[in-house]
Amino acid sequence: MTARIGVITFPGSLDDQDAARAVRRAGGTVVPLWHGERDLRGIDAVVLPGGFSYGDYLRCGAIARFAPVMAELVPAARAGLPVLGICNGFQILCEAHLLPGALTRNEGLRFISREVRVRMENASTPWTGGYAPGQEVTLVLKSGEGAYVVDPATLSGLEARGQVLARYVGSSPNGSADDIAGVCSESGSVVGLMPHPEHAIDPLTGPGDDGLGFFTSAVSALVSA
Amino acid sequence: MTLQDTIARAAATPERPQPHAELGLTREEYVRITEVLGRRPTDAELAIYSVMWSEHCSYKSSRAHLRQFADKAPPTTALLAGMGQNAGVVDIGQGYAVTFKLESHNHPSYVEPFQGAATGVGGIVRDILAMGARPVAVMDSLRFGPADAPDTRRVLPGVVGGISFYGNCLGLPNIGGELAFDACYAGNPLVNALCLGVMRHEDLKLAAATGLGNQVVLLGSRTGPDGIGGASVLASASFQGGGAAGGGAGGRGHDAAGGARVESAKRPSVQVGDPFMEKLLIECCLELYAAGLVQGVQDLGAAGVACATTELAAGGGAGVGMRVRLDSVPLRDASLGPAEILMSESQERMMAIVEPAGLERFLGICAKWDVQATVIGDVTDTGRLEMTWHGELVVDIPPGSAADQGPVYLRPAQRPPWQAALQADDPARLDRPATGPELRSTMLSLLCAPDAADKSWVTEQYDRYVRGDTVLAMPQDAGLVRLDEQSSLGVALAVDGNGRYSRLDPYAGAQLALAEAYRNVAATGARPLAVTNCLNFGSPEDPAVMWQFTEAVRGLADACQALGVPVTGGNVSFYNQTADAAIHPTPVVGVLGVHDDVRRRLSIGFRRAGCSVVLLGRSEAEFGGSLWAHVAHRHLGGRPPAVDLEAERGLAAVLAEAGRRGLLEAAHDLSDGGLAIALAECCLAGGQGCAVQLQRPGRLPGKGAEFTLLFGESAARAVVAVRPGAEAEFAVLCQGGGVPAAVLGMTGGASLEVSGSFAIPLDELAAAHRGTLPALFS
Repeated sequence: MTARIGVITFPGSLDDQDAARAVRRAGGTVVPLWHGERDLRGIDAVVLPGGFSYGDYLRCGAIARFAPVMAELVPAARAGLPVLGICNGFQILCEAHLLPGALTRNEGLRFISREVRVRMENASTPWTGGYAPGQEVTLVLKSGEGAYVVDPATLSGLEARGQVLARYVGSSPNGSADDIAGVCSESGSVVGLMPHPEHAIDPLTGPGDDGLGFFTSAVSALVSA
Repeated sequence: MTLQDTIARAAATPERPQPHAELGLTREEYVRITEVLGRRPTDAELAIYSVMWSEHCSYKSSRAHLRQFADKAPPTTALLAGMGQNAGVVDIGQGYAVTFKLESHNHPSYVEPFQGAATGVGGIVRDILAMGARPVAVMDSLRFGPADAPDTRRVLPGVVGGISFYGNCLGLPNIGGELAFDACYAGNPLVNALCLGVMRHEDLKLAAATGLGNQVVLLGSRTGPDGIGGASVLASASFQGGGAAGGGAGGRGHDAAGGARVESAKRPSVQVGDPFMEKLLIECCLELYAAGLVQGVQDLGAAGVACATTELAAGGGAGVGMRVRLDSVPLRDASLGPAEILMSESQERMMAIVEPAGLERFLGICAKWDVQATVIGDVTDTGRLEMTWHGELVVDIPPGSAADQGPVYLRPAQRPPWQAALQADDPARLDRPATGPELRSTMLSLLCAPDAADKSWVTEQYDRYVRGDTVLAMPQDAGLVRLDEQSSLGVALAVDGNGRYSRLDPYAGAQLALAEAYRNVAATGARPLAVTNCLNFGSPEDPAVMWQFTEAVRGLADACQALGVPVTGGNVSFYNQTADAAIHPTPVVGVLGVHDDVRRRLSIGFRRAGCSVVLLGRSEAEFGGSLWAHVAHRHLGGRPPAVDLEAERGLAAVLAEAGRRGLLEAAHDLSDGGLAIALAECCLAGGQGCAVQLQRPGRLPGKGAEFTLLFGESAARAVVAVRPGAEAEFAVLCQGGGVPAAVLGMTGGASLEVSGSFAIPLDELAAAHRGTLPALFS
């Protein structure tokens, strides 16, 4: 069997084809999902890709959160469906309250597009099981509103429960609290990540293939399940 | 409410005075319109002619010269559509075609840098979309006043922010470009944007309305009072007073000073872009094309509905007409009248010709993408473009008279009297560094000069990764995108220009711009195939500027012929001047090449120790217009480097073949700053140092030789790192190709060392190179 992994396209999604390519490279079967349909088409996991859903009007992810497909996705995620939100997808997951905290304008107020080193702090989620704890990987950061903010009490709770998924190595490029690059839900099945793993799956078109592990992890977790 | 001017009223009031001069039309042009129509035009018709006969839309001052690009075009079977279309279309094999074009948005980017640059990207992307292609990458060529001038700190961050905002939000990777500074651009920054699109051969779309009874559909944003008259104002002689003199004749919408004065006192001078709407428009149009529902299509840019309707109707051929209900155009401002609707340059709009039988499916796809689509008319067989406003006829013209038959001027051109003295002022008289320490500090001072400094502060604001096909981007010689994941077919693109060279000799300057872009494409291992250009000049009404323009066009056309690469399209931007001071003549040239296997691309970085460093080409003491003369002496004089197109061809062939055979670890073209800058960039990009020996017995002895080799700017050169073991084969290849190859030294180590003269640790090199732009603009 193969894992059926959905990739949602919202109006303004940009990295949906990249996410689909990464799923295929990892051996998964891509199931395209449309924002306007309340149908998850029997998927085993889902990726919310990067981009500017609904033009990021109002707030990044604030409108996408109300898309018809989210009405199905939110309860499914709460029931354990593995979800990976990348960049704008992370913002949507925060707006949908599937993940704590929020993402705001970068320190310096400029869009940042560059390779970043990230340390995997939690290697036991369905999306990170293939990495070693503490492993450093190179991914691609490209965002204007990637600074992770969260109140101190929640932050210490995240630390305590292992919900800090990944941190920037060295100082945070965008002013994220505690250098946080990604977080996960308490169960670990819902993951939000600001840097893009799907742009690091092939040295020809990215910094390397360090990012492929997110997708191979999910495929092997689902196939062995 | 004022009485609407109609055809009937125009016939009845032949003597009514009309504001043709305020709309940028000369008395003679106005008279010609009355002759075409046999009566005075209505207000709406006058609006159409004023924008369509503007410099921007009609190319009236340049058209007679641009013919050379067609007359001298080298024989090629690669062109599927040439000049005159929205963008040229090039066959690159395997059933793929690509389309690409450069366009300026200079003046709006000075007035409102962020939105001016953003809508410049939006406009060129729609040009590519209108050909039937999926836009897949963008590039930009930027020129500003001195980097440390206060106004540059306003303009540059705004322009970069606007390109970043619009391009990133569209999901188009920004794969390269250029950034230069010179006092001549202080009041006239140049913002030239390029877009690349890809399609299958059969997907080619043309701007032609065909099929009696077919529907005319306007889709995208609603029409508002944005940039009204933006195109026409550029035809006016000059802007007197105010900070911004002249307008970039290229681009989508411009300062509306002229037209807006007539229409209303409160018009936004630069339109506001909505990249989200444009992204939806792209996906919507591509789905409509794929479904076979579009018979003809045109984007709306400069001159908006006026341009799209006249060009579609004229493109349909003899006898084709169009009937348009202007009151059906969806408006953002209900007070707009027909003339304003015709001239509005609201962004993110397209016009399509649709068969009635397909209309329902067409509208269904638009609804899926939340793109508003409205039938505003139909195709007729009257040969007339007729437009009504609430039932009354307000436009009735032969569409070709506006679209294709505008005035053509052969403006006086005269070599300026100062040209001879400028060329006589040879940089040979300038003091040169002689000792090792002097050469070292010269190298560092050039490396941190804003023109040569690392551009990451800019390029890190652009998404280069989206779509997952970017193989090379900044700071590489050219951008390289993969078009087919299975076959690894790709295209390389470079844009280059050098205002200093062109100032010294516009004929040679245009050729050197072409040669550099050609060489940059070749340095990735690609085969150069086709050319686009953006010709940025001062006022064509100044005979000196017109001389520069004619020389540049002649030079570019001759060089394209010699190199066997046809010009597929381009853009002219006149009136880049403040009062009497024109910018340097700045032809910017884009070259596209095809790469048969992007996995074999060559990049600039020295990533491996132990490779021979080889200089290809002939080096002479050529310093006219050089970076060294500019930075070290603020000097501009003499002659630019000699052009040798045979040598360029030979070099490109050797690079492509060496790349194909896998003989090279790195390749980098030599341009501004010569070998010194190129070696520094190779070391910094790959993280390996190198040691080179520049004094060789029997040739250019002494330190003078080192200086010339380091900083001279002879064309047709590149530096390469040869894969260990491939030295002999590469030497034979160079010899066979007639390309001089001099082994300079080896890669490796943690510094850039010129043996016997100086060494610079890579850390110091990096600090010099990377510190400049953040210090200026952060």
